[in-house]
Amino acid sequence: MIQKCTRIKLGTTLTSLLNKQLVKNPALFDVLVMPNLYGDIISDLCAGLIGGLGLTPSCNIGEGGIALAEAVHGSAPDIAGKNLANPTALMLSAVTMLRHLELHDKADQIQNAILNTIAEGKYRTADLGGTSTTTDFTKAICDHL
Amino acid sequence: MARRALPIVKQLVGRSSFDPHPLLGLGSRSVTYMPRPGDGSPRAVTLIPGDGIGPLVTGAVEQVMEAMHAPVYFEKYEIHGDMKTVPPEVIESIHKNKVCLKGGLSTPVGGGVNSLNVQLRKELDLYASLVNCCNLPGLPTRHNDVDIVVVRENTEGEYAGLEHEVVPGVVESLKVITKFCSERIAKYAFEYAYLNNRKKVTAVHKANIMKLADGLFLESCREVAKNYPSIAYSEIIVDNCCMQLVSKPEQFDVMVTPNLYGNLVANTAAGIAGGTGVMPGGNVGADHAIFEQGASAGNVGNEKIAQQKKANPVALLLSSAMMLRHLQFPSFADRLETAVKTVISEGKYRTKDLGGTSTTQEVVDAVIAALD
Repeated sequence: MIQKCTRIKLGTTLTSLLNKQLVKNPALFDVLVMPNLYGDIISDLCAGLIGGLGLTPSCNIGEGGIALAEAVHGSAPDIAGKNLANPTALMLSAVTMLRHLELHDKADQIQNAILNTIAEGKYRTADLGGTSTTTDFTKAICDHL
Repeated sequence: MARRALPIVKQLVGRSSFDPHPLLGLGSRSVTYMPRPGDGSPRAVTLIPGDGIGPLVTGAVEQVMEAMHAPVYFEKYEIHGDMKTVPPEVIESIHKNKVCLKGGLSTPVGGGVNSLNVQLRKELDLYASLVNCCNLPGLPTRHNDVDIVVVRENTEGEYAGLEHEVVPGVVESLKVITKFCSERIAKYAFEYAYLNNRKKVTAVHKANIMKLADGLFLESCREVAKNYPSIAYSEIIVDNCCMQLVSKPEQFDVMVTPNLYGNLVANTAAGIAGGTGVMPGGNVGADHAIFEQGASAGNVGNEKIAQQKKANPVALLLSSAMMLRHLQFPSFADRLETAVKTVISEGKYRTKDLGGTSTTQEVVDAVIAALD
């Protein structure tokens, strides 16, 4: 398996990663693999680098192809029920799920709609500096499909 | 008398009108304290050059101390990371001098050898590791309001060194947290905040998962916080903490952490404030202090930088300024710090990690030239 990949850098210390590479030049990295605790910390750190927890999808994969796609963020009790939450994280997690189910064209369609809506900038939730509600933002994405 | 005084007066008048760096307050005398008679006699400091870039940067400090005629002299000991233990004569020297300055000692990854850096800290019970992460004038980074001090527990936690293989392929690693160590690090953090007019102390933890271990750490911090009602105390989970550090670092002031998280938080904070090449710090216990590069102190740099002699001496120079204050030579400390900050802000002599091309010696020469 390793022979199939053309470029792999094996091993970098955690501290070196943090102080030199991730915060200064994250574009250097592609895939990072690490044990549980470090993964928890680094995944949140990287979420901070790209714009926050409102945007970060994830997928937990187990033996036998079982997969659980979820957003990285938690239940956010302070904004619950107020139509303010950014649905991007969970939607992108759903895209990951579609890819896992090999429904690539549908996955691409939804992903492009999301990315275009955010890039346009007209509809953004509060965590991205905008004023849209969850429903408005979702409607904008549906319009982009 | 008037004729002899003229050149001196000319010089003084000339200086006070020349103030290229108003932010640095050059040209104004800082308030000094009243020394006791005999305070000027030279103090011995144990010096451990170390491995890799260590000798290069400790050499830089030696040169600058010489140029300033600072009342310190160094007792040098050669230790290398591949030795099994720290030689007893070095420990004795540090016992005698109470203060040590060192470069990094290389630590083999994996294997069965304990890091000598860690050994030294445990042997001398240097239970607090302090890293000062703040922006330097003239060195812009993505975030410009970083002023964080990380106080990290230095003796236990995940670095207790207790690991064993239960059966082949299964290893257990013990993380030890004690009330004793957690309390004393919390006390040190709050005391530091109090003595340095800092407003907030934030405890970093993962007590939602490690309920007992990090829970004990948090309890100890809360207890100590009660004794400092004028200092704001808050808690943050380590993963959220790292995320906040890279997006809004200005919210943090003093941070107190157990061992491993401290390593990560200090390195991240150092990275966002300008890099580990410029952050000062050290390790302190009840009786001794070791000053070294603030974050990533065990890092010996890579071969190429050591050979080309391009290591950044700023971190160790600023740490040695902290050391001078610790030894109660505040005027020398101020002069050294001002010179280093002037060189950095001018931007002409910077090593590769700061975006320049200078060698270590060029930076040292610039600092010596900038000393007043």
